Amino acid sequence: MTSLTAGIGFKPQHIDEALACAEAGVWLEVHPENYMVDGGPRLAMLDALAERHPLSLHGVSLSLGSIEPPDTNHLARLRRLVDRVDPALVSEHLAWSSWEGRYLPDLLPFPRSSEALCRVVDNVQRTQDALGRRIAVENPSHYVYVEGHEWGETDFLGELAHRSGCGLLLDINNVHVSAHNLRYDAGEYLDRFPLHEVMEIHLAGHTVDDTVRGGLLVDSHDTAIGETVWALYERVIARAGQRPTLIERDGDVPSFATLMDERRRAHHRLAGDAVAA
Amino acid sequence: MSDLACYQRRFLHALRDTESTFSSARQPAFDVYRNTTLRGCIDALEANYPAVACLVGRDWFRAAAAAYIEVSPPTDVRMLFYGDGFASFLDDAPQAAELPYLGDVARLDRLWTESQHAADDTPLPAAAWAMLGADELATMRVRPHASLRLFRAPRPAVTIWRASRDGRPVGDDLPWRAECAIVIRPHMNVTVLDVDPAALSLIQMCASGHSLGDAIVHTLDLYPDVAIDRILGGCQLAGVFALSPGEPSP
Repeated sequence: MTSLTAGIGFKPQHIDEALACAEAGVWLEVHPENYMVDGGPRLAMLDALAERHPLSLHGVSLSLGSIEPPDTNHLARLRRLVDRVDPALVSEHLAWSSWEGRYLPDLLPFPRSSEALCRVVDNVQRTQDALGRRIAVENPSHYVYVEGHEWGETDFLGELAHRSGCGLLLDINNVHVSAHNLRYDAGEYLDRFPLHEVMEIHLAGHTVDDTVRGGLLVDSHDTAIGETVWALYERVIARAGQRPTLIERDGDVPSFATLMDERRRAHHRLAGDAVAA
Repeated sequence: MSDLACYQRRFLHALRDTESTFSSARQPAFDVYRNTTLRGCIDALEANYPAVACLVGRDWFRAAAAAYIEVSPPTDVRMLFYGDGFASFLDDAPQAAELPYLGDVARLDRLWTESQHAADDTPLPAAAWAMLGADELATMRVRPHASLRLFRAPRPAVTIWRASRDGRPVGDDLPWRAECAIVIRPHMNVTVLDVDPAALSLIQMCASGHSLGDAIVHTLDLYPDVAIDRILGGCQLAGVFALSPGEPSP
């Protein structure tokens, strides 16, 4: 298998082109929750993709920041998918989304306290034990100031990786969005980021909400990747070297060819070719 | 309660309380979380109940969905299954009083989803039927295909559902009568087939573990004029039954 360069988030409407795609280094990412079914066309589609390309399972609902351990039924379903498609990467978010049996379809913030660190470390370890493999944990997008932080985010993530043995997923759009919204410097954040733990990078687009004073950036994944984010990516790759990089798009999804054009720019950077003009 | 738990509990309450004094929620940007969590639920319901959404229009649907989410927020992270109780909610919703068939249309949307994601299964092949003698047929127990779902409604909900899924209006001459259907995915495509009450009765008997012979006798008691051969032929064609290896008959 050739090494992974740039991948794209898979959308079912692109199935035919995705199966036909033969570009070097391509891989595809899916949300495992959408494939946690007993059978039928969705699973058949995932099997066909797994035959053709390396896959990444990028979870959105494990709620690693919860005070409760991850749901064992959910972990069992995730394990079945992992065994089924043998993914190249498995990842989740530094966030919470479950409370006393209720699920909130979002990635919610929490105070980065030492108590929270212990919880997240334990939750990641339980996940890795259930899956029999290392996962990568993604830095979140921030919109509000949270009281009670005892750790900076980069230190928190570094310590999490150190204690649990997990890797990290660096979402550069999230860094840009959060730095703008919470008024800090994205470059300095990236300089502090424990890049040696990074197993995967995400690139995505965002939108501006002008109803909030100063303009809130929203991690909407529904536009092309901004030039500011590409510049930050360049800065990371120059320091970290090649890392599998995903072009994430979840809303206003363009054609497969358009996504592949955007993907090619990251691929050329990773493959050491001249950056496409 | 731990500090982390306390923060999350207050966060959750603030999602619904726009007057919350919780520090994170006092910032205007907190609305991003209110909007995202609500929109995620509404979008999932809209995707899971396309016939209902088409019938009532976007604004009506999203208002009804928001009311449903208040009383039945998601508990399963698999949003493709969200809305288990939406049909019953619509049955009782005052705003749906003039659309008494809406709950049944939602029920059929739900059965479609269940069938779509059910375990893969192999329909009983025609050759297997053909090889069975009359005695064997009478005593055999046929297992329903894993994707089979049964539907009956006191109103023409199947016709309305089908028109809605196809994006066309129902005719003015629609007979206002009960309808029955089976929902099945013999291989990869879900189909909704109109059946008569006798066929539904026979399939239901078989599905609840009775022998084919008993199911036929019972069905003939209820519907003396029905042509059993025609029903069995239809079942075989639709792939209603699956025969497990090693359990041909008791």
